[in-house]
Amino acid sequence: MKRYVIIGNGVAAAGCIEGIRSVDTEGPITVVSAEKHGVYCRPLISYYLEGKTDLTKMAYRPADFYEKNGAEVLYGRSATSVDKDGKTVTLDDGTVLSYDALCVAAGSSPFVPPMAGLDTVPEKFSFLTLDDTLALEKALFPEARVLIVGAGLIGLKCAEGLLGRVASITVCDLADRVLSSILDNECAALMQSHLEAHGMHFLLSDSVAEFTGKTAHMKNGAEVPFDILVLAVGVRANIGLVKDIGGEVGRGILIDDRMATSIPDIYAAGDCAEGYDLSIGKTRVLAIFPNAYMQGHTAGINMAGGTEEFKKGMPMNSIGFFGLHAMTAGSYEGDLYEEKTGHSIKRLYVKDNHLKGFLLIGCEERAGIYTSLIREQTPLDGIDLELLKKHATAAAFSVETRRKKFGGVV
Amino acid sequence: MKRVYVNEEWCLGCHLCEYNCAFADMGGVSMASALMGKEIHPRIHVEEGDAITFAVSCRHCTDPMCMKSCIAGAIYREDGVVKIRRERCVSCFTCVLVCPYGALTPVEGSPMQKCELCLSNTNGKPACVTGCPNHAIVYEERGESL
Repeated sequence: MKRYVIIGNGVAAAGCIEGIRSVDTEGPITVVSAEKHGVYCRPLISYYLEGKTDLTKMAYRPADFYEKNGAEVLYGRSATSVDKDGKTVTLDDGTVLSYDALCVAAGSSPFVPPMAGLDTVPEKFSFLTLDDTLALEKALFPEARVLIVGAGLIGLKCAEGLLGRVASITVCDLADRVLSSILDNECAALMQSHLEAHGMHFLLSDSVAEFTGKTAHMKNGAEVPFDILVLAVGVRANIGLVKDIGGEVGRGILIDDRMATSIPDIYAAGDCAEGYDLSIGKTRVLAIFPNAYMQGHTAGINMAGGTEEFKKGMPMNSIGFFGLHAMTAGSYEGDLYEEKTGHSIKRLYVKDNHLKGFLLIGCEERAGIYTSLIREQTPLDGIDLELLKKHATAAAFSVETRRKKFGGVV
Repeated sequence: MKRVYVNEEWCLGCHLCEYNCAFADMGGVSMASALMGKEIHPRIHVEEGDAITFAVSCRHCTDPMCMKSCIAGAIYREDGVVKIRRERCVSCFTCVLVCPYGALTPVEGSPMQKCELCLSNTNGKPACVTGCPNHAIVYEERGESL
């Protein structure tokens, strides 16, 4: 009987368990979980602060998920090393686990750049885990002034979650715009004005020169007094376990289309992995939820002796704040097609007869039709591009394409 | 498994399916009094091109992207039917971003909703099918059995 070990207990691990069990219903699975929680919906931590969900609803799978799948979870434990020849994993308490197939789904860790005086700040938090969130929540009080370093996806969702619970929120970022990893200047400006209208303050193209207790001295000269500091600068993939034993790594653990690393019988999935991004034709860390599940599921099937490939990873994000939704996917290269109104922007990028990427703000309807054109790398011949630019609609496709998409089981 | 299919050459673009869908969960009262003057939020919608109209609702995919992508674990599959636990939905719209068919239509200020084939609110056939005046929308088995 095959023995499976999964390092990590997030969504990629859940996908891995389900992938394994779709092939092998018997081999024992051991999950090494640094966090003392069953798998939960990590992107919901900001919604938890906002009161839109609760700890029960945040559970990604029912309480009997592990038991039903014959998986044992070692809570509060982390892996310290892997012996690729002896095929064992050693944990921080000295436990040694033998494996026939191993999945590293170790996620990522907050990246905190060196900042002078950070150790003088009494209340500072990261915002990546449920425990981070619960600790942050404990520190909240209605008069609190919050400073968030980082205007990316994590920082801004945190800001949204906190807004109704504190007195003020200031977000600073070295970048000149919000959500700089996914939005261009004009889209970012639209989102920023929407966030400001809801009461957030921004200090962009600026960073903290020094902290002195509860004051941030900014490089541009401003002084920002605060009670609570959230550090949301970015994350780094947890690649150490595989790197230490000579596995190939880039920014993440390099994996092929089967989610196999360069080391036999070791797979990787989720935020720690660097797999193929079809939108750029290269490998890239794609730290997004759908990828985590699908990579984990693919890894699980292959670990159990099945055959599965996942080649359709690409960046895509749907992120909304106070009712204004931004959707982005693919890469922003090629000819630009644009539709704008006073409160919405649509940008489609077309190159070599293919849709390569898009940015949509305030016009999200049926966006998946665009996403699938990128994902399936559909040639745009025979598609009514003029109609498609205006509306994401299957009416722009040929009758034959529609018949395939809508006429049978998909 | 039976699914809803639209024979687009028969679709008149009358939008009655949208009203029947919106009304399906309301029960009892007449459609006119239930929907009069209200903005409706159907789970099927009619798309229109130059010379074509056709209704689109959930395809109940065998490998649903929406389910695998849902950040709240709200979308699940039961006996082949793709369903949503609306109380878990946080309206992030990730399902809208990934559905290749444009079958999810968000409602401002409300959790996502989707076609669940009327299995819990009518007898036998989905309301869009029974109400289609030109029999363009059908509920039938095509292809695989699950």
